[in-house]
Amino acid sequence: MFHLLFYTFTFLTLASALLVVVSRDAVNAAMFLLLSLVGVAGLFVMLDAALLAFVLLLVYAGAVVALFLFIIMLLDTRPGAQKPFQKLTMAAAGLGGALLLLGVGSLHARAQLPAAEEGLAVPSLKAYAQQLFTTYLLPVQVVGFMLLIAMLGVIVLSKRFETAEGGA
Amino acid sequence: MIELWSNLPPLLQMAVKGFAVIAVMFPIGGACSLVERKISAWMQGRPGPNRAMPFWFAWVPVLGPFLQRLGVFHLMADGGKMFLKEDSLPGHVNKFYFLLAPVVAMIPALTTVTVVPFGAYLTDAGRLAPLVLANLDVGILAVFAVSSLGVYSLILAGWASNSKYPFLGGVRASAQLISYELSMTLSVLPVFLWVNAPGGSGTLSLFDVVQAQSGPWLSWSGAWFIFYMPVSAIVFLVSLFAETNRLPFDMAEGEADLVGGFHTEYGSMKWGLFFVAEYSHMLVGSGVFVLLFLGGWNPLPWVPLADVAAWLHLAGQPVLLGLLSIAIFLGKTLFFIFVFMWVRWTVPRFRYDQVMKLGWQKLLPLAIGNLIFYAALIAIIQLNLGWPAYAGLAAGAAAALVVAFTFPRKSAAF
Repeated sequence: MFHLLFYTFTFLTLASALLVVVSRDAVNAAMFLLLSLVGVAGLFVMLDAALLAFVLLLVYAGAVVALFLFIIMLLDTRPGAQKPFQKLTMAAAGLGGALLLLGVGSLHARAQLPAAEEGLAVPSLKAYAQQLFTTYLLPVQVVGFMLLIAMLGVIVLSKRFETAEGGA
Repeated sequence: MIELWSNLPPLLQMAVKGFAVIAVMFPIGGACSLVERKISAWMQGRPGPNRAMPFWFAWVPVLGPFLQRLGVFHLMADGGKMFLKEDSLPGHVNKFYFLLAPVVAMIPALTTVTVVPFGAYLTDAGRLAPLVLANLDVGILAVFAVSSLGVYSLILAGWASNSKYPFLGGVRASAQLISYELSMTLSVLPVFLWVNAPGGSGTLSLFDVVQAQSGPWLSWSGAWFIFYMPVSAIVFLVSLFAETNRLPFDMAEGEADLVGGFHTEYGSMKWGLFFVAEYSHMLVGSGVFVLLFLGGWNPLPWVPLADVAAWLHLAGQPVLLGLLSIAIFLGKTLFFIFVFMWVRWTVPRFRYDQVMKLGWQKLLPLAIGNLIFYAALIAIIQLNLGWPAYAGLAAGAAAALVVAFTFPRKSAAF
């Protein structure tokens, strides 16, 4: 049962992730991204990390992909309208994929991973919060500031600031 | 009876429980459409649906005319119509997503119920246990996460219809639902700050929220959260209206400007599914509101369910107590369904820019300010800082309100 669920979610995640990249229609790609995220959330639940699973669904599946679709609909892209991949892009993608495969392969063949501890308690919400507000406080703040900077950049780039005599 | 039940295999038990909940929810969702018509008629001073009746029912003396006047049979007539009329599929639509959208509407609506506790009973050990399909530790997060997936049905329906008005409806829906999700999430945070007293292991479970409102007579913890977090309750309720696409906020289907919005191209039962989903969302949303702010299955403030069980000598009768708690909870929830309809037939629809302004410029700052206020208040109580700290907090809150209301605004359109 457990194995079956694991392989189902893994297949769902990987297959739909692949389809995100290869599908021509932007809406299809976004929907496959959604499916892939749902698969990852399922894997998180199987790892007893229900909190991560639901936060992933809430933030990425609930908001980010919906915004993607919003943008796609605003731009009104027609299926097949975008240009075929350039040769350089394809070469870079192939190289990147090969490197990734190599990395995973070497990890599988050579890595000495410590065995997972048996019967470890599921971390409580409090434990998550404690880690976030003590050990990982700085990284969280830095990531927050990076998002803020990106947001400010978008506002500056997209909004036309009119001068006083131009009238608002 | 109970032995027979507990001897069933767990998977079968879960399936039966799930079907039982859906078997209650789906008809209520359907019946709400009739109730809505009846209530709108009542508010506008007209009789409302009062004609349909199987012909032989007219021979039943008192009951027949009464049920006819109530319009009960319109529900069956409407249901039959939706199932039997031609299910047309327009030629210009994206067939896959067009057919998928109503299904996607139903999935989150019926999935969120799994984590919403709808009653409680006393176990043999004398402790209150929730009646819920899955008592997750992350309760409220699961509700928000799954219900946030509901936006895809509107987006997909709008996009797949491949015509102008549905498309605009879908675009509006996606922007609106994401906007109000923020205020909604922020507005419940003070409740959970309060529930998670120091020393606990941390919880987001809705059952624990109700437990925190089940204190004895005239105690601090007996009051419902709506009494000492009214701002949270109001922000949550307004966001709930926006999230369920109910009338002052039904931008996605505004029939005055968008024909039917995202469901313009839909007919028969596919259209019906959108509406059952909308009512199911309302049902779950009202249920969550009742759990968070109105004490869940406690009949009155400062009168917890456990006391009622003691008065009625229901301690050894988990089934009766469970039914009683479900009745109390459903009663409150159905009252909120009525509030939804009341508001719908009272408040006119907003313009789209007003919806966006209300969400981002009014509710979101209000929710953030509210969160900061309660965080400070809880910190003061917890650290025992005494009256200077309370005075400082009150002064700060007053100053923030003054600044918010007198700050010069360029656009006074709202």
